Amino acid sequence: MEKIAVKVDDLTVAYNYKPVLWDIDLQIPEGVLMAIVGPNGAGKSTLIKAILGILKPIAGSVTIFGKPYATQRKHVAYVPQKGSVDWDFPTTALDVVMMGTYGSLGWIKRPGPNEKKRALEALEKVGMLSFKSRQISQLSGGQQQRIFLARALVQDASIYFMDEPFQGVDATTEVAIINILKELRKANKTVVVVHHDLQTVPEYFDWVTFLNVKKIATGPVKDTFNDDNLTKTYGINYKVSIQK
Amino acid sequence: MTSAQLEIQLIASLVAIACAIPGTFLVLRKMAMISDAISHSILPGIVVGFFITQDLNSPLLILLAALTGVLTVVLVEKIQQTKLVKEDTAIGLVFPALFSIGVIMIAKYANDVHLDIDAVLLGELAFTPFDRVFYNGIDFGPKSLWVIAVILLVTLTLLLLFYKELKMSTFDAGLATSLGFSPAIIHYGLMSVASITTVGAFDAVGAILVVALMIAPAATAYLLTTNLTKMIILACFFGVFSAIAGYWCANYLDASIAGSIATVLGLVFFAVYLFAPHKGLIAVLYREKQQRIEVSLITFILHLKNHKEVEERHVNHLSEHINWQKVRSKTVLDLALKNNFVSIENSIISLTEKGNEFTTKAIDYILTNEDVQIEDMKKDFFLFRG
Repeated sequence: MEKIAVKVDDLTVAYNYKPVLWDIDLQIPEGVLMAIVGPNGAGKSTLIKAILGILKPIAGSVTIFGKPYATQRKHVAYVPQKGSVDWDFPTTALDVVMMGTYGSLGWIKRPGPNEKKRALEALEKVGMLSFKSRQISQLSGGQQQRIFLARALVQDASIYFMDEPFQGVDATTEVAIINILKELRKANKTVVVVHHDLQTVPEYFDWVTFLNVKKIATGPVKDTFNDDNLTKTYGINYKVSIQK
Repeated sequence: MTSAQLEIQLIASLVAIACAIPGTFLVLRKMAMISDAISHSILPGIVVGFFITQDLNSPLLILLAALTGVLTVVLVEKIQQTKLVKEDTAIGLVFPALFSIGVIMIAKYANDVHLDIDAVLLGELAFTPFDRVFYNGIDFGPKSLWVIAVILLVTLTLLLLFYKELKMSTFDAGLATSLGFSPAIIHYGLMSVASITTVGAFDAVGAILVVALMIAPAATAYLLTTNLTKMIILACFFGVFSAIAGYWCANYLDASIAGSIATVLGLVFFAVYLFAPHKGLIAVLYREKQQRIEVSLITFILHLKNHKEVEERHVNHLSEHINWQKVRSKTVLDLALKNNFVSIENSIISLTEKGNEFTTKAIDYILTNEDVQIEDMKKDFFLFRG
């Protein structure tokens, strides 16, 4: 049995008494590339936010490599949805990526040349080095997504949570993200991605979690990604043709 | 210039800087109206503080009033969290309630002291040099100057220490949380600074001008820069400029200093709004016109490349074949000729070699997703702007 990277126990999150996530038990093994799929309002983003402590659950616990999240922050990187921030904010691409280094700096300490070097390397990895001085509102949606990805890479974490990184991106960006995901897996990192495009699940990922308020199923794609689970998650007779 | 005049300008300038710093973050956090709420709702805090201390410049009064400011923010958030009303409604509910409590308290108990509604709303910069600090019989300058200098010093120290945290939590609170920086601490820290600054500036410039000094310089700076540090510096500059220019306007017109400063702030914003190089109204309109011409030119040369038949390329039929709506076909044709993209023989337009090459590039430009390639081409595209 491989090491468990993320363990979620009895997690329940509610907005105004209505449960958005209900009694979720989930174990994410180290080194997997996991897609979280489910219909709109299934609580996919909420699950990630609850794991990262951005939302307070009403019940349940989360451990990262067996310890509470608060002590393991340095091992975890987060790529939020692109729409969650104001891209008109007066800052440059490089500056946003530098924010990824703030966690290792802690309070008050300012980023220095070493942080800048790391940020530039991350920008290069996502093919955005030539845009480093560009104001972020002047980047395309795909470029903005790659900036977010670079910001997570700069954290050099063991576990990456990504909230719909493929949402509304161009083909170049999609390829860039896939390559990064593959590289991360090669380095035995754990990657958890909220994903919408069911067609690409078998191609991009090796693990999948079906979520619809409750956890429907989780496991390796080859065993778990089937019509039965899809129907249970998305409703009656939901079928996709899956190329296996 | 008398020393009193100098002191008034110095106080106004320090107030402007002390306001511009939290103001920049309020504008970026889309919380401009919170400053309005704070500036009004600290009134009961000031009144209660005044009852206790009998001194408008006492630190206790400032802290008490600032506490009311933070209380305002908390109340607004609590009301908003019920999801029954939106944030602007919550603000509209909270601050008039607190402000009116303050107004009643002044009218009932403080009518005979130096604390009247006019002074609260507009302040009185002209009187600040009269209330001075003496120690062992030595004159240390106006009290207001000391109050605002201390507040500014605290604000600057906090800004320098927590610049990184402020920037991150303003841009992406989710990331800040996940990295272990509590956005709530930053948020309430900023609200406390905004409240303290408001109280400190209150006596000098009044409730209304405090809002103007927090929001207008930041909004003006926002139009001019894409860098947060520069935005803060520019906001401070616009604040100080308006403070001094406003003072001299008031001097010249023999009018309220506070009113004149606010007017200059408004005028400065309006001028920048019109003339800012990238975000300004004129620049935007000009750019839109240029883009329409560019798009039309590309449409035009693509049409020429696609159609070898003569009737499609006749000068007189241009307007029919390509549906020009917003740009005169003559403008486009002239532009194409000027760049040697086309030649005209017997009223028939043909692409030149250069035009042909450019068209191929343009097609690439439209179809390609390779960012680096596009970057190079963008420079070429500027070449043919009229």
